[in-house]
Amino acid sequence: MTAAALPSYQRPVGVHPPLDSPEYRSSLLRAPKLAPVPLPQRLTEVTGPLLGAERVTGTDADLTRRHPAEPLGERIIVTGRVLDSDGRAVPDALIEIWQANAAGRYAHGVDNHPAPLDPNFDGAGRCLTDSAGRYRFVTIKPGAYPWRNHLNAWRPAHIHFSLFGRAFTQRLITQMYFPGDPLFGQDPIFNSVPDPAARQRMICRFDLDVTQPDWALGYQWDIVLRGRDQAVFEEHR
Amino acid sequence: MTAGITPSQTVGPFLAIGLPWPDGPYVVDPGTDGAITITGRVLDGAGDPVPDALVESWQAAPDGSFGHPDDPRSGGSRGVVTPGQHGGGSEKFRGFGRSATAEDGSYLLVTLKPGILPGNEEHAQAPHLDLSVFARGLLDRVVTRLYFGDEQAANDADPVLGTVPAGRRDTLIAAPVAGRPGSYSFDIRLQASQAGPETVFFDV
Repeated sequence: MTAAALPSYQRPVGVHPPLDSPEYRSSLLRAPKLAPVPLPQRLTEVTGPLLGAERVTGTDADLTRRHPAEPLGERIIVTGRVLDSDGRAVPDALIEIWQANAAGRYAHGVDNHPAPLDPNFDGAGRCLTDSAGRYRFVTIKPGAYPWRNHLNAWRPAHIHFSLFGRAFTQRLITQMYFPGDPLFGQDPIFNSVPDPAARQRMICRFDLDVTQPDWALGYQWDIVLRGRDQAVFEEHR
Repeated sequence: MTAGITPSQTVGPFLAIGLPWPDGPYVVDPGTDGAITITGRVLDGAGDPVPDALVESWQAAPDGSFGHPDDPRSGGSRGVVTPGQHGGGSEKFRGFGRSATAEDGSYLLVTLKPGILPGNEEHAQAPHLDLSVFARGLLDRVVTRLYFGDEQAANDADPVLGTVPAGRRDTLIAAPVAGRPGSYSFDIRLQASQAGPETVFFDV
């Protein structure tokens, strides 16, 4: 029997949207009705898949170079760091993104928004964070699009981000929004986050230093995953 | 309030653009000695299939270890554990699985049965998978655990199952499929319906 330190991860309070958010109509039949059972973090929860370079190929981080010609739209650079809430970088972490094209149309059979598809844009990207937790994508700015949640409902422009940290508990899928979007006020998904300050953390900021002259506008967005509590000790044979 | 964490948002209806991998459901190659198959459906509160969900799994190797530096038995190493280290074949074991649901709400995982997680009496855990479910309509993932119906003695001693109300534990048990050795069935019901009670979800 040896005593070994297992990390544990802080439980965020007041950050994530409540599953029961009736303004978002798709939640009505899908959000569980019963309270979740507290699960103490044990080995399965404090470990997680450490997916590596085998998941990423050379052009995956540049969504404008995956087809014979360039996609239409406003070329942008999206970059930032993946950190935990203690400010530590999350290195070598897989990030996957997907998004609509510049006209607000997804390259997906279920999307019937009557806006044009772009044969030079599939909307999917991947990269690994570097040793300082940095990531960088080149893409085009996605368009806003209508949906059927309520009368005249429109989604603000956004890019879906999927992140693996170091542990099962750190897994996060979210959306990155753009500054000053006039559609925020009527969007039940953006507003499902109860704390206005936390909502702001989903919005990237325009950055002239990231912007490349005569080439692409730059946006900066840091993503913060759950940090670690002080180590607790658990016995293992 | 925890400072600074980025909030979760739904995967929406178009996750298929960015998340499924061709090899996602195959935690091991299907030809691996001892490979098991887990199938089931994700169902909503009307009992209807959820055709746009993603199920992800994370689990120990057959010897109960994780290929992860925070597993105290790993010696700080990271990366893929090979079943060869655990008396199996030589194929890679990823520990992680990912399956988008089909039109009928079904998902598929092909993996190796995890071992009992070692520990003293209080901490030893029955073989299990942690599952995350993402879908349009879910603003955050939901987390559940899959235990095996043919591990009753281990399940009866499991400290996590012990915290679940007795009447709800069945929702966490994958049933061996009659006549198909190594196959298990595990439906995930996001809400109660005529298809059955709501699956137990955990707050991690």
